[in-house]
Amino acid sequence: MPLLESIRIALNALAVNKLRAALTMLGIIIGVGAVIALLSVGYGFEEYIAQQFSGLGSNLLFVFPGQLEPGSSPIRRTGQRVQPLTLGDAEAIADPFQVSGVVAVAAEYSRNGTIVRGSRELSTYIIGAPPQYQSVRNFNLTLGEFINQEHVNARSRVAVLGAQPAERLFDEGEYPIGQTVKLNDIPFRVIGVLEEKGGGPFGNQDNIVIIPISTAQTRLFRAPVVRGELAVSLIFIQTVSQDVMDVVADQVTEILRERHRISFRDDDDFSIISQSDLIKVFGDFTAVFTIVLGAIAGISLVVGGIGIMNIMLVSVTERTREIGIRKAVGARRRDILLQFLVEAVVLALIGGAQGVVFGYACSVLVTQLAGINTIVRLEAILLATIFSAAVGLFFGIYPATRAASLNPIDALRYE
Amino acid sequence: MEEQPAQALIDARDLVKIYQMGSVQVCALCGVSLQVQRGEMLAIMGASGSGKSTLLNILGCLDTPTRGRYYLDGISVAEMNDDQLAYVRGRKIGFVFQNFNLLPRATALENVELPLIYSGVAPHKRRELALAALEAVGLADRMRHRPNELSGGQQQRVAIARAIVNQPAIILADEPTGNLDSRSGEEIMAIFQRLNAERGITIILVTHEHDIARHAQRIVRIADGRIVDDRPVTSLAYATAAT
Ligand SMILES: Nc1ncnc2c1ncn2[C@@H]1O[C@H](COP(=O)(O)OP(=O)(O)OP(=O)(O)O)[C@@H](O)[C@H]1O
Ligand SMILES: [Mg+2]
Repeated sequence: MPLLESIRIALNALAVNKLRAALTMLGIIIGVGAVIALLSVGYGFEEYIAQQFSGLGSNLLFVFPGQLEPGSSPIRRTGQRVQPLTLGDAEAIADPFQVSGVVAVAAEYSRNGTIVRGSRELSTYIIGAPPQYQSVRNFNLTLGEFINQEHVNARSRVAVLGAQPAERLFDEGEYPIGQTVKLNDIPFRVIGVLEEKGGGPFGNQDNIVIIPISTAQTRLFRAPVVRGELAVSLIFIQTVSQDVMDVVADQVTEILRERHRISFRDDDDFSIISQSDLIKVFGDFTAVFTIVLGAIAGISLVVGGIGIMNIMLVSVTERTREIGIRKAVGARRRDILLQFLVEAVVLALIGGAQGVVFGYACSVLVTQLAGINTIVRLEAILLATIFSAAVGLFFGIYPATRAASLNPIDALRYE
Repeated sequence: MEEQPAQALIDARDLVKIYQMGSVQVCALCGVSLQVQRGEMLAIMGASGSGKSTLLNILGCLDTPTRGRYYLDGISVAEMNDDQLAYVRGRKIGFVFQNFNLLPRATALENVELPLIYSGVAPHKRRELALAALEAVGLADRMRHRPNELSGGQQQRVAIARAIVNQPAIILADEPTGNLDSRSGEEIMAIFQRLNAERGITIILVTHEHDIARHAQRIVRIADGRIVDDRPVTSLAYATAAT
């Protein structure tokens, strides 16, 4: 019997009991919908992370104090015998006679803090930075100016606000430049406002306040002094191109080991990570996240499949006589098998198609209501569709086999 | 073997059918031998539970005997597998049941088309053949009706159309008039006689009623799973008249 015939028969059979078919499909609709929607959230997250890294600045190397624990988040470090990085380290790296292939080096000294203006208050991340920080981190200003060398030399109490503090502390139409805000109770004058950037690997890139690094180290916080120099939290190195990153990293390693007086058999007490390393680490993490989401959704698809099996078993019992009639007029085992299998798969596929629409709608809704980035990929649709057909096939096999193996006499006699 | 078995359309030898009911064995057929020639019209009679349906189902390849040999058109049925039996049912045999056994949600035409689906006839050709079969039973004007929109007699005619649509050699009918009033019953028998006379289709029918059985040329009587009488209708008519 041709497949087309089986599909026609299956559709007719399903049309007989539309409500039941619809309810059975509901399980698949929800399952497929969940797969599509959750995968779209996962993919959206992956893409978002990748985007954030690229928005960080280009050809960047990050130098952290301490060793990164293998397999853990790149932000955590083992604490043993770690010497902080210092301004001197940053200067040495910036020295073209010591390291070649570097465009700019920017150290930062940063801490959590609060920003207050009048009665408005916000917990924020305060970054002490040198002037070149702007170009290295790829920050654009909407208003005012960035930190300059005089501010650093004079340890001025000036601040560049991230988009979020600017928005929260100032009303629309208010001009923030020249206004006074309090960072950890110390008054600062606002000199600039940053463009909105979105979140990033080091947290929200908009909820920040940038001040001169010298001010952060000595006036706002008390940075430790190591080897006679002030400590920094992190050093950014911008290289001339992607290709020289490894070479630069090697040179930096050598200088820092020397400066930190690490004997040749000891490990580095700092870590140099490239942007692509970070993307990879986060990419692996987000891929696992996506897979977990997909698997959770897959479970509901399996539950939907059990619903199909249940209904198909009922249907086989109800249609015992029909099976007997078909067998009496010449239907072979495989004709009956195919008929019920196709019915189960058609049920699952129709449900699957609706599920794709449902899942797509959900992901759009999630984006609009929760503001979460979602991406419905073709591969997710294909995966869900193939999976739902497979579910129909798998859970249809048992009922179909039961139908096919009915003895025609018994089937005809069935009341 | 000895008396040209290949000639007979149906050649059954010592058919035994035993049902196992718990520890008790019920012998539904206890050694039935029957030869039916091509073009015969034969009635099987007997008391309820005598094994008529059991015999008919075996002859129709719906059921298999516990023991015995059965040649249909010279081919041994006992050796056939499920698929081959299905093939024989589809091409060589047409069934008519007491309770019609039509698909309730299909139209008359679709019901008649059913055997053609399984014998691989193309859809447009199917329609044509099914319509011709419905015409042969005088129901072409009801082809769009569903079974519950037809009278019992009409439903049985649809069932006959379904039985003949594949041009089978034999029609097996198990009490085809059992659910019908006598007038519809006569109509059905007239159709069988016509199919037998005009198309040479061999017809075997099971019935309780003498009035129905006398339309056949030969009557076989069964009691307790054995054939107890087998004679042409004319002599039976004499015998009945004589008593
Ligand atoms: N599936 C079965 N299991 C057990 N016994 C059966 C089965 N089918 C038939 N029988 C027995 O076999 C015997 C013959 O049954 P069969 O249906 O052939 O009778 P019948 O002559 O057609 O009767 P009726 O005129 O009432 O239709 C009966 O005694 C019946 O109880
Ligand atoms: Mg019977």
